[in-house]
Amino acid sequence: MCGIAGIIHRDGPSDMGVEITKMLQSMKHRGPDSTGYALYSEPDDLVTIRFMLAEPKEYGGFGIDERLERGRAEVESRLAKIGADLATIHSDTGYAFRATVRYDGDLKPLADYLEDIPGCKVLSLGNSLEIVKDLGDAITVQEQYSLAGIRGTHGIGHVRMATESDVDLASAHPYWAYPFADVAVVHNGQLTNYHQWRRRLERSGHRFQSECDSEIIAVYLAEKLEGGMDLNTAMKYSLDDFDGVFTYLVATSNALGIAKDEMAAKPLVLFESDDLVAMASEEIAIRALVGREVDTRDPFEREVLTWQV
Amino acid sequence: MAGLTKSGVVYDARGLVEPDPEPPMTAEIDGDRAVIDATDLTTRKINLELKRIVYDEGVNDVTIVNPGSKHSLGVGILKRCHITFEGSPGWYACGLIDGPEVQINGRVGWALAENMMSGTVVVEGPAGSLTGAALRGGDLVIKGNVGARTGIDQKGGTIIVLGSAGINTGFMMQRGRQIICGDANDGLGDSMYDGNIYVGGNIASLGVDCVPGEMDESDHEFINRKFEIYGLGTPPDLKKFECGKVLHNYDALEPSERKLIL
Repeated sequence: MCGIAGIIHRDGPSDMGVEITKMLQSMKHRGPDSTGYALYSEPDDLVTIRFMLAEPKEYGGFGIDERLERGRAEVESRLAKIGADLATIHSDTGYAFRATVRYDGDLKPLADYLEDIPGCKVLSLGNSLEIVKDLGDAITVQEQYSLAGIRGTHGIGHVRMATESDVDLASAHPYWAYPFADVAVVHNGQLTNYHQWRRRLERSGHRFQSECDSEIIAVYLAEKLEGGMDLNTAMKYSLDDFDGVFTYLVATSNALGIAKDEMAAKPLVLFESDDLVAMASEEIAIRALVGREVDTRDPFEREVLTWQV
Repeated sequence: MAGLTKSGVVYDARGLVEPDPEPPMTAEIDGDRAVIDATDLTTRKINLELKRIVYDEGVNDVTIVNPGSKHSLGVGILKRCHITFEGSPGWYACGLIDGPEVQINGRVGWALAENMMSGTVVVEGPAGSLTGAALRGGDLVIKGNVGARTGIDQKGGTIIVLGSAGINTGFMMQRGRQIICGDANDGLGDSMYDGNIYVGGNIASLGVDCVPGEMDESDHEFINRKFEIYGLGTPPDLKKFECGKVLHNYDALEPSERKLIL
């Protein structure tokens, strides 16, 4: 089933971590397996890297501490070698890390170089995006990663009920649109031409972290954006290119968009006011955010909407 | 594992919330009327309280305030009574009801009045997808737009939509009537077996085996009567659609003919 949610604050940053948690927790019934956030703050000169060195289920296993220690040392070493000046690095969990670096080079070789380390997966890269995801419900992940203090201008989130792939961190949403900075996607649905698109995109040089069909959307959009297409147009193309039933949200450093397939089999409810745009699979999530009766609407079939932040 | 969590929520052995079957007894009852404030109540507690008031206390006019878009409110009420929602219920509202007259002063989520047997449900705002799914009887009036697959598998009753309807309206409809005053998106009446759909606006496309029909006096009489009952004004000019009865697995027999054979 899965549940998705998104927020834009038009009047400046807010407690994005808390707000998306409220929305996602109210939709726990749509997906208790994992919860994820793509949180956007004001762009910074530093590049923020969220990466993992092991799956949560591996943590606590034999020899994992030494492996994680070696992995972290290797990450720091490779950052230095590629010319990324490490500013900060820490881990809330022991297996998932947040680092900030001064780096003005191409992000693709940076991501590739880090992911060459055994067990390392880059969850997000960018000047304003941070992807946080883990197993469990929203309250669990918020507490685990101390998201209560994170302020941001916009964000998207996801609660996952695993259907097509494993219950693990690699299969949790959101997906970063490798190697495109600050682009993230959450998705509710199934893409039935997943393998066809995966082969096509792999031939174009893109890599995939998971076996999850949702990752295709992020990479697909990244390729379109890389080619110079604007977000709205790229999303409209996706409605023709993807088969199946789907509703997805995509966010960039300065925009947020929604797309709904022609069957409209996956729900989405939208609320817009002068200072807030909020969207979610169910209205109950919007109520959890605004705390009062509000006028909302369901986007139509094949509807694509984008907002500038 | 059954037990009480630190948040005070009780779970049973299957992880379901609140096996406690006791109504909260929080409604304010005044003669034949009662008000339930749903703010701090879970779906199950709201429904338990509603049933207590309607069945045990014999109250015939219940108002539920602050429904908060919670799911499955007002389901399974099998008695003539008035229920008003001041605000918006969530998904699966008023499913499996038989008799109540429901007024919703707000909007509703997906699958409103699923499997309704009889009664009326009037929604002042829009409704989500699957509105009136498998409707068997009664009237469902939506004053706003509705989402996709309205009246899917409808087996009776009437659905009136003053706004527009999404894709596959009347999908596999088997009986009953739908009156869509606005536009209808692609696949109208796809694979319908029987029944009638009336549309006032534009139709993006007809579904498989859905064909235009001819409006006759009984159609006009029926539509005018329904609009009068619900104070909906003058109906728009409507086009009628029905089953073409050419699907390969359709036996083309009217129910009376089928009875004759059996």
